[in-house]
Amino acid sequence: MALFRRILMLGRRAHLKDEIDAELREHMQMCIDDNVASGMTRDQAERDARRRFGNPTVMRESVSAEDAALGIESLWHDVRRALRVFAKSPGFSLVVVSTLALGIGANTAIFELLDAIRLRALPITKPGELVELRIVGGNHGFGVTNGPFDNFTVPMWQEVKDHHDPLSGIFAWRRNDVLIGKPTESRHVYGLEVSGDFFSVLGFAPWQGRLIEPQDIAECRLTKVVASYSFWKSRMAGEPITANTTIVAEGRSVQVLGVAPPTFFGMVVGDRFDLAYPTCVPPTPRRENFVYSVMGRLKPGWSLKQASDYFYALSPGLFEKTAPDGYSAEALKAFRAFRLGAYPAGAGVSTLRDQYDDSLTILLAISGLVLLIACANLANLMLARASMKKREVAIRMALGASRGRILRQILLESALLAACGAVLGAAIAQPLSRALVTSLDTSQNTIHLTIVADWRVMLFAAAAATATCLLCATVPAMRSTNTDPVASMQLGERGIVGNRERFSLQRTMVIAQIAVSMVLLVGALLFVRSYRNLLTVNPGMRESGISIGYFGFPPARNKPEALAAYKRQLVDDVRALPGIENATATTNVPLSGSSWGHTIQMGSLEGPSRFTYVSPTYFATLGIPLLTGRNFTERDTIDAPLVLIVNRAFIRKYIADGSPIGKQVHVLPEPQYPERTYQIIGTIPDTKYWDLRENSQPIAFVPIDQFPVTAQGPGTALMFASPNPAVAQQAVRRMFEEKQPGTMMQFYNFQQGILDNLVGDRMMARLSGFFGILAGLLVAVGLYGMLSYFLAQRRGEIGIRMALGASRGRVIGSMLRDASIMLLVGLVVGTTLAVLAGRGASTMLFGLNPWDAATLASAAVLLGIVTLASSLLPAWKAANVDPITCIRVE
Amino acid sequence: MAKNDLQGALDLLILKTLWQLGSMHGYGIVMHIRRVSDELLIVEEGSLYPALHRMEQHGWVRASWAITDYGRNAKWYALTRAGREQLASREKNWAQVVKGVDAILRFA
Repeated sequence: MALFRRILMLGRRAHLKDEIDAELREHMQMCIDDNVASGMTRDQAERDARRRFGNPTVMRESVSAEDAALGIESLWHDVRRALRVFAKSPGFSLVVVSTLALGIGANTAIFELLDAIRLRALPITKPGELVELRIVGGNHGFGVTNGPFDNFTVPMWQEVKDHHDPLSGIFAWRRNDVLIGKPTESRHVYGLEVSGDFFSVLGFAPWQGRLIEPQDIAECRLTKVVASYSFWKSRMAGEPITANTTIVAEGRSVQVLGVAPPTFFGMVVGDRFDLAYPTCVPPTPRRENFVYSVMGRLKPGWSLKQASDYFYALSPGLFEKTAPDGYSAEALKAFRAFRLGAYPAGAGVSTLRDQYDDSLTILLAISGLVLLIACANLANLMLARASMKKREVAIRMALGASRGRILRQILLESALLAACGAVLGAAIAQPLSRALVTSLDTSQNTIHLTIVADWRVMLFAAAAATATCLLCATVPAMRSTNTDPVASMQLGERGIVGNRERFSLQRTMVIAQIAVSMVLLVGALLFVRSYRNLLTVNPGMRESGISIGYFGFPPARNKPEALAAYKRQLVDDVRALPGIENATATTNVPLSGSSWGHTIQMGSLEGPSRFTYVSPTYFATLGIPLLTGRNFTERDTIDAPLVLIVNRAFIRKYIADGSPIGKQVHVLPEPQYPERTYQIIGTIPDTKYWDLRENSQPIAFVPIDQFPVTAQGPGTALMFASPNPAVAQQAVRRMFEEKQPGTMMQFYNFQQGILDNLVGDRMMARLSGFFGILAGLLVAVGLYGMLSYFLAQRRGEIGIRMALGASRGRVIGSMLRDASIMLLVGLVVGTTLAVLAGRGASTMLFGLNPWDAATLASAAVLLGIVTLASSLLPAWKAANVDPITCIRVE
Repeated sequence: MAKNDLQGALDLLILKTLWQLGSMHGYGIVMHIRRVSDELLIVEEGSLYPALHRMEQHGWVRASWAITDYGRNAKWYALTRAGREQLASREKNWAQVVKGVDAILRFA
C-alpha cells in the first residue's frame, strides 16, 4: 500500500521537493516571527532561528530520504552526476570501459568458438548414445584413404553391418561432391553419401517429403537425392516437394525425395551438405579403399567399453575376411592385425577440432589472462580514484551529505562503468566470434559454424569485472566515509609522507600485471615469430607464379594405354601457350595435403618413400636443381629401363655409402601398382612434401611415362609457371575448351594454397599479437595510473625535499627506482611463468623453442620500455613540482 | 519485551501531541512539546521533519496546507485511524519501558 502510494507520487516528485522546501522555509519564518515577538531585533531573530534550525541541506536530505519517490529521483540525479564525472575525466572512463569490454568480449568470443567446434552436441536426440567405429590407432597409411573420416572399406562395412550386437542401429556415410546442373554450366555441391538407416538412426524427421530409407539402396547410379534445408531454400526456391520434383545431377534428372530438417548440417562440424544420396554396393568393390565413416547408436545397457570390447573381439574374423589382394604378405599381416574400437561421436566429427583445438584452448587461456590483467587494472584505477576522492568525500560530508548517499554515489559510478563495459563487451562478442571464424576461412574452403551466444561465459566475465569494480571502489570509500571529515580534509590526498603499507596492494597488482603481461608478450612474440618462420621457410622449390590445374577428361575418350601419350601432348600444348614459362604433369602436388607412397627395399633396408610421377620438365618448372646425375628425358618411356630421381632425405635414409647413382630400388607390389625395380639416375636437394613444418622425408620421382598403365585414371594435375598466374589460367582454360570440350577444370594458385595451410598459424600470430599489445597497453595504463596517484600522495614530501635542495634528477630517480623494482620483480616472475606455460605450446611452434632466449629477452626489453615510458611522465611531473605552492597548500 | 525502546520516544511524543491538539504544523509541535514539558524536552527540527514524513509515508498522519493564525502558510498534520492505533500501542510500549528502566534504577 505504502509502496503503491510512493509509486503514485513519482509523478509529483518535483512538487514534493518544493513542498518540503516550503514547509521548512515556513518553519524558519515562524521561528523568526516568535523571536521578534519576544523582543529580539530582526537580525538577532534570524541568526537564532538559523542556529536552532541547523544545516538546511542535511535537513532536506534527511527529510527527502524518507520518501522513496524522491529516492528514485535522487538516484537519477546521481546517475546524471556520475555521467558528468565521466565526461570530466573521459580518459579514465574510456580506459575502464574499453578494458572491460575487450576483456569480456574476447573471452566470450573465443569460448563461443571453442564451444561450437568442440563441445556442442549434434542436433540429434540422445547424442550421447552415438558412437563411431574406427580402427584402433588408425590404418597406418595402408591402402588408399580419401578423407579424414574414411575409416572403413566397403567389405568391412558389409561385415559390420551384419554384426553389431551392442548397437541398436548402424549406418555408414561419406562426403562426396555431387555435380549438378547442365554439363555446360555444372558445378560441384557438397554431397553426403549415406546408407539406408542413416536418417532413422540419427532420428531426423523429414521437413518435406521423405528422407532416405533402406529400400533406396539399389543401383550405383544417382537416381534419388534428399536436399538440405538451405539447398532447398536457395537452389529450389523452397517449392513444395512432390513425386515429380527433380533436379539435374551428374548429368541426369534425379528425383528429389524430400528435404532434411534445418537443424541438420551434416556430420562434420564446420561443414555443410547440399544433397544426400543413397549409397550402393558396387559389384566389385575396391577392397583397399577406405571410404566410409561408420556410426551407430548404443543399445540401452551397453557401455562404450563393452561395445568397444565386442568389436575388438569381432576384429580378427572381420579383417581376415576383408583382406585385399595384391599386397605383400608383410602388409597383409599388418592389415589382419587391425582391431576395431568404438568411440563417442555425439559431437559429430571435425577436422577443425583436430586442427584448432590446441590453438583455441591456448587462446582461451590468453584471453583469460587478459581479463585478469584487465581486472587488476580496474582494481588499481578504482583504488587510486577512490583515494583521490577522499578529500572530495570529506568536503561533501562536511557540507552535510549522508554517508549512505556518498557510498551510493560511488557505487553507482562504478556500477555504471561496469555496466557500460559489460554491454559493450556483449555487443562485440558475437562479431568478434564471427570474425574469428572468417579468419579461418581459406580461399578454397569456407567454414560454416553456428555461433551461439553463450550467456554463461559472458555473465561470468561481466560478473568478475563488475565485482572487481565495485569492490575496489567501495571498500576505500567506506573507509574514507568512516573517518573524521576534518582530519581527512587536513591530510586529504597529500599527507607529508606516503605510507608504504597503503600501497603494497597496488604494488602487488602492478607486479602481477607485469608478470602476466610478460607471459602474454612472450606468447605473442613466439607465435608471430613462428608464423614468420613458416612464411620465410624455403620449401626447396619455386612458389610464386605457379598455377595448379586439375583436369578431368571426358570418360571413354582415351584407352589407359594411350593416356601417357595424351598427357605428354597436354604438357607440350600448355608449354606452347604464350605467357607460360614452363609446365609439367604430376601425380601429386607438393604441399597440398595429398600424398602417395610405396614401400621400398634397398638391400637389407625396407621402408616407406613418397613416390611422385612427373614430366621431365617438373624440376625446371619448380626451380629444383639437379645435384648429381641426369634429368628425365622423353626417352624414359615405359619400355625403357625404369629410372628414379631421389632427394637427399632418401639418400640419408637408404644409402649408407657410395654414390647413389646406379643403385637399384625395389618397390613392393600394391593393387594396380606392380612390383618393380628402378635404377637411381639423379639426385635433388630436399624439398618439402606434405607441409612446411615437416622435416624432409624420402621422396622418389619417376618419369610420368613410366606410370603403371593399370593405375592410369582419366585425369591429371598440371603445374605451370608464368609471370601472371591469372592470365595463364585463363589461357589454359580457353585452350582446353577449344581442344577438349567437356573437360572438367579446376585451377589453384600454388602460393595461395600454401598460405591457406598456414591459416591456423596466422590466426594464432594475429590474435596473440593483438592480446600481447593489449596487455602491454594495459600495463602502461595501470602503471601510469598508480604512479600518478603515488605522486599525488607524495606531493608534499617532494615539495619539502626540493625546498631542502633535492635536485630534479634525484626526484625523478626516486620515482623511476620505484618503477624499476616493480618491473624487475614482475619480469622475473613473468619469465618463470612464460617458460612453464611455453611447454604447452611447443608443438605449435615452428623453428623455435618456447624458451627461446631471444624472444624472452625482447619481451623483457619491450615491457621494460613500456614500463619506463609510462612512469617517465609522472616522474617528470614530480620533478616539476613547485616547492612553494606545494608547501603553501599544507 | 518493549519494542522500539527509547528511540520510539520521539514518535510517541509527536503522535500524542497531534492527538491532544487535533491538527498542528511542525513548528507548533515543537513549541507544544517544549511548553508542556516545561522546556525539559526540546525536539530538534532535524529529527522532527524526517519523523513526520516517515509517519506520513506509513499512513499514521495525513497532511494538508492551511493558513496559521498569524497568516503563515503551513503544512498541518493530523492523526489518521492507523495513527491512533499506533499511538495506543506506543503508549503501552512506553509504559513498559518506563517500568523496566525504573526497575533497573531501583535495583540496589
